[in-house]
Amino acid sequence: MFFPISHAHVSPIYLVIVGFLIGVLGGFFGVGGSFIAGPALRLVGIDWNFAVGTDLAHIVGKSVVAAKRHRALGNVDLRLGLIMAIGTIGGAEVGAQLIQVFKRAGNVNLVVSVVSIVIYVGISGFMIWESSKTLAQSKGRNAQKKSMARGGKHDESAFQNVTKAIQRWRIPPMISLPQSGVTISLWIILLVAFVGGLCSGFLGGGAGYIRMPSMVYVLGIPTHLAVGTDLFEIIISASYGAFTHAIKGNVDILIALVMHTGAAIGAQLGAISTQYFAGPKIRLAFVPLPLIGAAIVIYTMFSGHKL
Amino acid sequence: MLRAFAVEIVIYAALVTAYFFAVLHFLGGWLVQLETRHIRVYAAVALLLIIGQAVALEAVTTGLLRLLRGGRSE
Repeated sequence: MFFPISHAHVSPIYLVIVGFLIGVLGGFFGVGGSFIAGPALRLVGIDWNFAVGTDLAHIVGKSVVAAKRHRALGNVDLRLGLIMAIGTIGGAEVGAQLIQVFKRAGNVNLVVSVVSIVIYVGISGFMIWESSKTLAQSKGRNAQKKSMARGGKHDESAFQNVTKAIQRWRIPPMISLPQSGVTISLWIILLVAFVGGLCSGFLGGGAGYIRMPSMVYVLGIPTHLAVGTDLFEIIISASYGAFTHAIKGNVDILIALVMHTGAAIGAQLGAISTQYFAGPKIRLAFVPLPLIGAAIVIYTMFSGHKL
Repeated sequence: MLRAFAVEIVIYAALVTAYFFAVLHFLGGWLVQLETRHIRVYAAVALLLIIGQAVALEAVTTGLLRLLRGGRSE
């Protein structure tokens, strides 16, 4: 099928299947899935600029569906999501400016590649350590059973001593998040969101791979709420990104609409599936995602072939 | 549960196929013109379209799921 905006010939079935797979990942883990969607669009000959912009537009639609479903399950902290959106947009702007600085210095590809590999591998390594340690502790104390009995939303973490220490920093104004069961300084929330936005602006995509774990480990948000709130926050930040890309002529909305038809059902399936897994298991299952991103970056670095 | 999901996928696929051919037919030309002449309007329309589709498809899938589950329990 010919898509006249991007001048690309792509099978709509391929787009629906890619959308469905990314929808399942997004609904289950609260990530945009751009590290898979971008290369998947590039693979069928769509220009990189269209792949990035169109993916962001499709992420908006997918996140609306998944966040709505998570909201129905009580997994969205609206107050936290709105505060985080402010920090994310600020961080994304700084990240985009940093890209321009490295572009002028002539080493943008090398710097972005190395930074992304370090971040992706670091997140995966840390999450393997933390979630397996938590699962081992839970087995001993049978805490997982208790956690599931409470709806599976108040999960345990081997990192919770550090999280509690961060929550004790009383830098005013303090923000109470009754839905997440946390009271924390506004500045820490903004800092976490800013770092997520920085990664989004600097490395591309929605940066859910860093925001979701940061919400769990730094802010102390239960995993189910972190997934739902991250999706809600992605609606705002991805809308901003999609709009700016569309103005630059980088969005083929017809491709995004077709992709989204698959994502709509995948996102619901992913969101519903979270009910059947405890927090540490969701975090452990999350581990391969940043590693896939790292593998793609390493491949493009050494082969010189842009996927 | 699996059977209901499979039926839902089939109905959904038929609806979606009809839907995106209609979208490409009726909106395709207009969107291309908008993209070349009024890029800011195109950006706003693009966002509204994807959000509108998200809300509509969510309602369709939820309705289908409810209908199939309801039909099964009767």
